[in-house]
Amino acid sequence: MMKTGFLTVAVLLATAAVATTGAVAQTKPTAITIATEGSYEPWNFTSAGGKLEGLEVDLANDLCARMGVTCAIVAQDWDGLIPALNARKFDAIMASLIVTEKRLGVISFSEPYAPTSAAFMVEKSGPLAKLPGANSTVDLGGDPAAVNAALAPVAAALKGKSIGAQTGTKNTDFLDSYLKGSVTVREYKTTEQHDLDLQAGRIDGVMAQKSSLTALLLKPDYKNYTLAGPTFVGGVFGKGIAVGLRKDDATLKAMFDTAIQAAKADGTIEKLAQKWLKTSLN
Amino acid sequence: MDFAFLQTTLLTLLGGLPLTLELAVSSILLGGGGALMLTLMQASGSLLLSAPARAYVFVFRGTPLLIQLFMIYYGLGQFRPTLQELGLWSFFRDPYWCAVLAMAMNTAAYASEIIRGGLGSVPPGALEAATACGMRPLLRLRRVILPLAIRQALPAYSNELILMVKATSLASIITMMEVTGLASKMIAETYRSIEIFACAGLIYLALTLILTRAVLLLEWRLSTTRKNGTPA
Repeated sequence: MMKTGFLTVAVLLATAAVATTGAVAQTKPTAITIATEGSYEPWNFTSAGGKLEGLEVDLANDLCARMGVTCAIVAQDWDGLIPALNARKFDAIMASLIVTEKRLGVISFSEPYAPTSAAFMVEKSGPLAKLPGANSTVDLGGDPAAVNAALAPVAAALKGKSIGAQTGTKNTDFLDSYLKGSVTVREYKTTEQHDLDLQAGRIDGVMAQKSSLTALLLKPDYKNYTLAGPTFVGGVFGKGIAVGLRKDDATLKAMFDTAIQAAKADGTIEKLAQKWLKTSLN
Repeated sequence: MDFAFLQTTLLTLLGGLPLTLELAVSSILLGGGGALMLTLMQASGSLLLSAPARAYVFVFRGTPLLIQLFMIYYGLGQFRPTLQELGLWSFFRDPYWCAVLAMAMNTAAYASEIIRGGLGSVPPGALEAATACGMRPLLRLRRVILPLAIRQALPAYSNELILMVKATSLASIITMMEVTGLASKMIAETYRSIEIFACAGLIYLALTLILTRAVLLLEWRLSTTRKNGTPA
């Protein structure tokens, strides 16, 4: 009797569990909140009129239309994005967030909507303008010997220089793990701040996403600056930029995945890249 | 509770403690000097001296330290050519000195008001009595005015000291990796904000505890009655 009783309870509990998860998976949200940083031009930034704009804002609106949900886009400081997502302050992050192992430990990601690469920006007339490796690409996930061979001259040229990067980005990870001891890393809350410090001459260069730097260099304020050295991909720079989601939000992940595939397939993402980055995404 | 993680966190954050202390001590010392000057200017009786001092206190008490820090660091950074001509750029290029300058200028405004309050609390009768005893102004300052004024001002000033220790946390926005800066960096890497901020808070709490005990000891030394026989 005891045993059957136990079994019945167990079966009941199991059905209840299945029923609940099933119910959660079935309810598609009708309204979601997407957070972005709002200070990473041209991916996401706050325009002079105070409106959020950029590639990711346009893409978010497009994806929401495809998913058939109404969405609100809010701005949130970079360092609070992932904790706030898990605290359910919003439902998704579209803030040039790169997929990495460490981040996969705390949140899940949709399919990537853009690949990533990083580069240095320096003063045209400065000593770093001739940084070795221009027009080459270093795949940090590739052959370690080749990576070291490509990095050695860069590290030597950067010896004693100070490079700015945004705290909590893969750029600081890269500088800390590959160029430690060679460069002084200065960490900033936003990329705008390191750009200001580069212009003020307090630092010798900045490291950021190449697409973002390319767009920045089109502005008249940056006519005396240029990209220098190799382009870095893979390794610490992860598997591309994707929508950050809570781990238990499988429904939303499936919705985003489908919508991103559709946006890739019909050329929407490429069109947005041409509009905002003035270059193709690949 | 992940004690191993808490321990590494605490050890990492303690690496920022020397910078936190340097920032606090330099800005408190410089700000103290500035405060004394401001108080003397206000007490001088000359409008030419007291009006600028009053305007300074108004501006620096009336704006947030965060904005002052931004203005001095990023704001003045845009005037590099001018500052280079004046030979001041090597000072303003360094985030450490920008942070010290902003915090010293800020605390000078508050502390000058605290000192002014302390001086104002010295009863006129005590001054008259000292003069009647034949004390010269300097002796009167040392034996009567300062002991009475400092005793009155100390509790308020200890508040200001605590605020300055905590204000050093703002220096992380201009790339100074003090305790809070290191905490933000760790959070960006691990996303464990609660444990890391708790450890950072613990460090500030310990600093404040030491500071308040030290001020209490000083208060006890300066008190006329020493009621309890021992410092609290």
